[in-house]
Amino acid sequence: MSDKPLAPAIEGWHTMEVKPHLIGTQCKECGSYFFPKNTAYCRNPACDSTEFSEVELSRTGHIWSYTNACYKPPEPFVATDPFKPYAIAAVQLEKEQMVVLGQVIEGVECEQLKVGMPVELVLEALHETDDDIKMTWKWKPVTR
Amino acid sequence: MSNEIAILGVGMHPWGKWGHNFVQYGVAAAREALQDANVPWQDVKFVSGGATVRCGYPGYVAGATFAQALGWQGAEVNTSYAACASGSQALAAARNKILAGGCDVALVVGADTTPKGFLAPAGGYRPEDPDWVRFYLGITNPTYFALYARRRMDLYGDTLDDFAAVKVKNSRIGSKNPRARYRKCFTAEDVAASAMVADPLRLMDICATSDGGAALIVSSVEYAQRIGKGDAPRVAAISTTTPTFASSVVEMPDIATDSAAAAGVEAHAFRSTLPLKAYEEAGIGPEDVDLAEVYDLSTALELDWIEDLRLAPRGEAAALLRAGDTAIGGKIPVNVSGGLACFGEAVPAQALAQICELTWQLRGEAGDRQVAGARVGITANQGLFGHGSSVIVKR
Ligand SMILES: [Zn+2]
Repeated sequence: MSDKPLAPAIEGWHTMEVKPHLIGTQCKECGSYFFPKNTAYCRNPACDSTEFSEVELSRTGHIWSYTNACYKPPEPFVATDPFKPYAIAAVQLEKEQMVVLGQVIEGVECEQLKVGMPVELVLEALHETDDDIKMTWKWKPVTR
Repeated sequence: MSNEIAILGVGMHPWGKWGHNFVQYGVAAAREALQDANVPWQDVKFVSGGATVRCGYPGYVAGATFAQALGWQGAEVNTSYAACASGSQALAAARNKILAGGCDVALVVGADTTPKGFLAPAGGYRPEDPDWVRFYLGITNPTYFALYARRRMDLYGDTLDDFAAVKVKNSRIGSKNPRARYRKCFTAEDVAASAMVADPLRLMDICATSDGGAALIVSSVEYAQRIGKGDAPRVAAISTTTPTFASSVVEMPDIATDSAAAAGVEAHAFRSTLPLKAYEEAGIGPEDVDLAEVYDLSTALELDWIEDLRLAPRGEAAALLRAGDTAIGGKIPVNVSGGLACFGEAVPAQALAQICELTWQLRGEAGDRQVAGARVGITANQGLFGHGSSVIVKR
């Protein structure tokens, strides 16, 4: 990898720390979480709040399900040449009681995953531009 | 008072990749339905079209487009867009019109021409659009179906062989359907030899997109009786309910689900709530159903639907499949039309095509595909943005 500066692929969706967090919002009235951020009207039908706090979501969870991408997705995905398949996981966050999708880190294949497996959030390159390396969140099996 | 309406006639343009204008398919289907109903076009006072978003302005005003193509005769028109449920929503509009006394006879019609290649979102940097976000992050349509399929494997012990068996079953019966696009009998070996797209789903586990058109002529029960068709199959229920917060299954094109963290909020699975209103409205239960047409966007999804429709307890659809009970001659035949596996998806026509099949089945006119003694059928489908439907047809 080059020594270009690191930049988030999508601005403001996650922190850039070594142990990153997704950034969502939480309704100040009912406590519902939202990712991506919702700052307009609470979507809980029993709540009419318009007040939200920006919150860091749990950076660990359990796999709800998983798959992979064997073929190159269409744009705006920026593929390597040749295309390298990658795994994808849907991860249940306990506190937030929601499921968040993301790629799984490079080098981990479906055979190594299982529903219920604990994972944590990390950052990895999504693609490079002329100016920087675009980083995104990925799920990584927790090994101990 | 009954909420039922009669299905006087049905028609379909064969599914395929014909490359014609969508209007042509819709008109062919409508004419076949009119002929089947033996109702003059001039007697149709409401035309309810399923919109297509891929064919320019005429597709956005499909009801009017079809009415003009069949010859303006002063009928009122409606156009419904509800993704995969567009046809059902157009049918619901026609039912409301009829039950409110606004007309005796209505035409419900949907047709589509599919673009070549992958339908990708507009370019640029547009993180406010969930469809843009998920493609940027490398999450395509098969991703979602594969997540559901893999969950079945890990939770219920479903196997790749089970998924292939769905394809084999549907291709065997679909090969006898002259309106189906794919009419080859595929084997489990064919499925296993097709390329892996999104583990555990292979190319042959996932449905294609097709051109096609389907139409229904529906009327009040009184009108049906007046013209000697009092025993025509009836639409007994239409459910087009939206999800309930918190929707807990990640759905295309979203990157995350609702959160069920708030007090008093429970997690709901959209697909399984859809049929509830249909059963309630029809006043019947799953045990009364003789056959089902479900949206097998993937082979594994057919198994999910069987459970969502309560035709099997959760996690037991594969057992039903293995026993041959979802095939023709089994306890509860599913997708005897051949399903999306043999048709490919023509979005605004597909929900209507499901009803066409049930109508033929309930009239005993399905030929080689006939489910003996079928009296009650149910459909189910789900598409983008909280759209979905389940329709019950009975005789
Ligand atoms: Zn709230």
